[in-house]
Amino acid sequence: MAFNGHQREDENIDGDETPTKQPRSDKEMPDNEAAAPAGSDTSDRRTSNSTARLRSDSVKKTRPPFPWFGMDIGGTLVKLVYFEPKDITAEEEQEEVENLKSIRRYLTSNTAYGKTGIRDVHLELKDLTLCGRTGNLHFIRFPTHDLPAFLQMGRNKHFSSLHTTLCATGGGAYKFESDFRTMADLQLHKLDELDCLIRGVLYIDSVVSSGPSECYYFENPTDPDRCIQKPYTLENPYPLLLVNIGSGVSILAVYSESNYKRVTGTSLGGGTFLGLCCLLTGCSTFEEAIEMASQGESTRVDKLVQDIYGGNYERFGLPGWAVASSFGNMMSKDKRESVSKEDLARATLVTITNNIGSITRMCALNENIERVVFVGNFLRVNTLSMKLLAYAMDYWSKGQLKALFLQHEGYFGAVGALLELLHPS
Amino acid sequence: MAECGGLHSSTSRHTMDKSITLPPDEIFRNLENAKRFAIDIGGSLTKLAYYSTVQHKVAKVRSFDHTAKEATGDELYEISVQEEVTARLHFIKFENAYIETCLDFVKDHLVNTDTKVIKATGGGAHKFKELIERKLGLRVDKEDEMTCLIKGCNFVLRNIPHEAFVYAKHADSEFRFQTTQPDIFPYLLVNIGSGVSIVKVESEDKFERIGGSSIGGGTFWGLGALLTKTKRFDELLQLASKGQHTSVDMLVKDIYGGSYGSLGLTGDLIASSFGKSATADKGFSKEDMAKSLLHMISNDIGQLACLYAKLHNLSQVYFGGFFIRGHPVTMHTITYSINFFTKGEVQALFLRHEGYLGAIGAFLKGAEEDNPNQYSWGENYAGSSGLMSVSPDMNPMQRARSGTFDMLEMDRLERKLVNLPLLQDASSYIPDTVDLAEDALAREYWLYCFEEALDGVVKRALASQPDMPEAAERAEKFRQKYRHKLQTLRHQPFAYGSLTVRSLLDTREHCLNEFNFPDPYSKIKQRENDTALKYYQKAVKSLEELSWEERQFALVRGVLAGNVFDWGAKAVSDVLESDPEFGFEQAKRQLEERPWLVDTYDQWFERLKGPPHKCALFFVDNSGVDIILGVMPFVRELLSRGTEVVLASNSSPALNDVTNGELQILTESIAALDPVIQAALTEDRLTLVQSGSSSPCLDLSRLDKVLAMVVRERKTDLVIIEGMGRAIHTNYYAMLSCESLKMAVIKNSWLADRLGGKLFSVVFKYEVPAAGPDSPALTPS
Repeated sequence: MAFNGHQREDENIDGDETPTKQPRSDKEMPDNEAAAPAGSDTSDRRTSNSTARLRSDSVKKTRPPFPWFGMDIGGTLVKLVYFEPKDITAEEEQEEVENLKSIRRYLTSNTAYGKTGIRDVHLELKDLTLCGRTGNLHFIRFPTHDLPAFLQMGRNKHFSSLHTTLCATGGGAYKFESDFRTMADLQLHKLDELDCLIRGVLYIDSVVSSGPSECYYFENPTDPDRCIQKPYTLENPYPLLLVNIGSGVSILAVYSESNYKRVTGTSLGGGTFLGLCCLLTGCSTFEEAIEMASQGESTRVDKLVQDIYGGNYERFGLPGWAVASSFGNMMSKDKRESVSKEDLARATLVTITNNIGSITRMCALNENIERVVFVGNFLRVNTLSMKLLAYAMDYWSKGQLKALFLQHEGYFGAVGALLELLHPS
Repeated sequence: MAECGGLHSSTSRHTMDKSITLPPDEIFRNLENAKRFAIDIGGSLTKLAYYSTVQHKVAKVRSFDHTAKEATGDELYEISVQEEVTARLHFIKFENAYIETCLDFVKDHLVNTDTKVIKATGGGAHKFKELIERKLGLRVDKEDEMTCLIKGCNFVLRNIPHEAFVYAKHADSEFRFQTTQPDIFPYLLVNIGSGVSIVKVESEDKFERIGGSSIGGGTFWGLGALLTKTKRFDELLQLASKGQHTSVDMLVKDIYGGSYGSLGLTGDLIASSFGKSATADKGFSKEDMAKSLLHMISNDIGQLACLYAKLHNLSQVYFGGFFIRGHPVTMHTITYSINFFTKGEVQALFLRHEGYLGAIGAFLKGAEEDNPNQYSWGENYAGSSGLMSVSPDMNPMQRARSGTFDMLEMDRLERKLVNLPLLQDASSYIPDTVDLAEDALAREYWLYCFEEALDGVVKRALASQPDMPEAAERAEKFRQKYRHKLQTLRHQPFAYGSLTVRSLLDTREHCLNEFNFPDPYSKIKQRENDTALKYYQKAVKSLEELSWEERQFALVRGVLAGNVFDWGAKAVSDVLESDPEFGFEQAKRQLEERPWLVDTYDQWFERLKGPPHKCALFFVDNSGVDIILGVMPFVRELLSRGTEVVLASNSSPALNDVTNGELQILTESIAALDPVIQAALTEDRLTLVQSGSSSPCLDLSRLDKVLAMVVRERKTDLVIIEGMGRAIHTNYYAMLSCESLKMAVIKNSWLADRLGGKLFSVVFKYEVPAAGPDSPALTPS
């Protein structure tokens, strides 16, 4: 039947089975969701933990063939999650086709792929049970502009011969659908990015039990000396505001796994930070930009309240250290000439981060939500922004709002896509 | 943040330009009597405010005592020109570079002032404090910037009709002016200086800064200067207006290949500002980067403004600050952003005098003991520059020059002006029938028409002051000033708010007054009043001989024929000029036969068969035949029916319209001839009130408070509006909560043509408001 290392005959059966869960156009989605949101959720969870033979049989039947991928093609980065089964039996090993084996070895034995592909080893989730199989979940990313190289690799490794379903979300799933078909002979199963994001967040938070807590916050965010990262339990998470900071920003109000709305978004996101940094400093990577920012001083670039009023603007309760005008000092030629690239990078980071904080806070007030979870790759290696956000939420809301963060920052969309492969909603 | 204070650093290196010579006739006027100074110094512009008294000539009429010897001829009254002192506010805006020259000039011309203090606001106030104190010898007293801004905003919203406008880049008229709301509160003011302040204003004294953003004008300027190596704010805007943001920004379609359908995000939306510039190996044009930056900042401010408006449930959102200040580019991007984020539910509003708010507010802070808010104020079109278009296509240097001295003058009106209590919906009332800014054909015609008529007006003005030798010079100055205004309006129809026939007429009156021609038609009015009065008794007698039915029609025809006598209409003034004997009977023959162009006479006639009205308010028009032989007999009939009559006439002269002063004398003279009028006056059933206006047109939302009181007290149930200016150019569509009668003869062939009629077509529009409990039912015959 539908084993992982299937033969040609199996594929036919597989092909007969999968359509029942696959033909899911975007238009059908709302109906599906409305029909069985809670039910399918619980049964999914149970099956993944079940050891009962009967269930195991049924799981086997609906279990898709390996390899299991989830993909999120964003404006800047492609996020890929890969499940590496560790419970492969000798029989399976033997049956496993060579192409599949080669892909598995390539992905798991390297931490970098080509010039720009990177596996975030520290995020790897070990001994995860998914669909009755145990294995490791790997988190890989590469720039969207290198997608052609990725497709070329897929072609070289005869990925299409595996006849797997490639679940993909993010705008690129739509934009590059035909490239996948023509360049790599792959048919994408396209998924809504916000559905995937929420599913991914809830799933990862529920399965991570060992190691550092998935969800965390900063204690004493307004006191730099005592500000420390603390684990947070996302039980009863609803309602929550989910702020996804990728190239741009989406802000979602989430009331349950299937009940959410996109409140608003802003085009001032991670892409803006990097875009402006590249123009202002000549850097070319996010890591470089963040590194520069960490060494700069934004107060040389920004005009603060105290620069104008000599101290606090008491009448309106504005502290002297608050930024009055981002890049405001750069109106002056002398000051333009005296700032460093690092200062500019820092100011860009602070500007973008504070603005996201400000819009988020307004949304939280308008939606009457007190918990905010920030995700997205803008926060990767970016403790600076996280602390700023934690501070801004706490300070301007007078302690009413809590900023929460997740370890797997930018991978939730891809995880959601993988889950869709395993448990179609 | 609201401050523009951040800007002075970048302009500090501007050298003081002392070579400029100031034309004293045109700027810093009336400094002799100036007092109560205020100054608002921003990043690049200084706004100086002062209060002064203006002495100018007014025409007065005084009844002759016919028993005494002074009566020299048959004249009813004598005309005298007297000096009158009125209060005026002056606001002058100029570049900071000229501040020293200007302060010197002010010092030299300041004569009679006991002022010790100058109120100051704005980020530059501190920097120039010492200079001001040294030059003017006044103590600088600093006022909170935001408080000044809000005070100024309240003041202009309350006193200047058409202050606020919506900006629509691609519409026929870019500026769509809003009707002044009876209640201006609450509103949101988003001030975009170097940072952004978002202020909620709940009443005159209650406001709160509810939020703000550090991404503002300073971000555009500072970041823009870094990215494009362009130093000036104006030049950055100019770059932005030429750029393509799509080469720098990552759009939804760059990520999705198309739209993100399920969220309703179209492909052209910006997903990530500067998202495409995240690369080291590609260059971007200055224009494209500036455009992208402009979009980023405008969208961000718009989004925050919407979030705050939503949270506080506010729908009036005004934008100001140097980022906006008349720049079409930023007004457009902010408008776009607000439309996007509120799905059109909230409109971005801008202010015509936005740049003056701080100065006005600072001035008001210093003038509190004069209670300026107790009065009504009116924009003086003659002394104010009007809104200048700052099109980015113009050379920025040129622009800076043309905007060097911008002025706003406001006259204190003698009376507090209020709404007519009988307006059906004061908040939606628009006085003017045609907005010439939107109607290009009409605009062209009327501008041409007023220019054509200018020679005649100049001639008339001269003739009114035969004994004054310098009149010729003043008349010439008037001609130049008004012609210049017309030229300005041809290019910038939005300069003074909605361009209308009324505003063109009012501007002319303001210019005439400015050059001391308070009443060019005084002598003509006098002569015509004298002549018409001679025929009064005869006219009344012939009407009394008619049957009731015939008389009602004859009375209406009389009003209409009387209304033909109008020096304001070229077609008529030509006739009157060439044939001074042109009479009432001839005028009747000119009238269109029924059915008239607009003809509801039958309904009116039926109504007259019913019970009398309680009280009629009659807005009268011209002197002479019109008021004496047309209106008075009509009024007499109403009085005879048992209807009280309130005659509302202009407070000050406009064309040959009868003024309240003249009407007092005329009515007394008529009363001496006619016991019916005499009795009505004695019994207080006939009352004369002034309208508060000095316009040939009529704005029912700005009327004398006393008039409104009388109307209320007398339970007025009929409003009669007579004449082309009051019933056609304005109020043609005005909806009243009681019965109304609009009567006019169309004395302009172009307008007649427009309305589908011909010269001397008649508009007789009798209207009854949609049936309510109070509206009287028509009595069946």
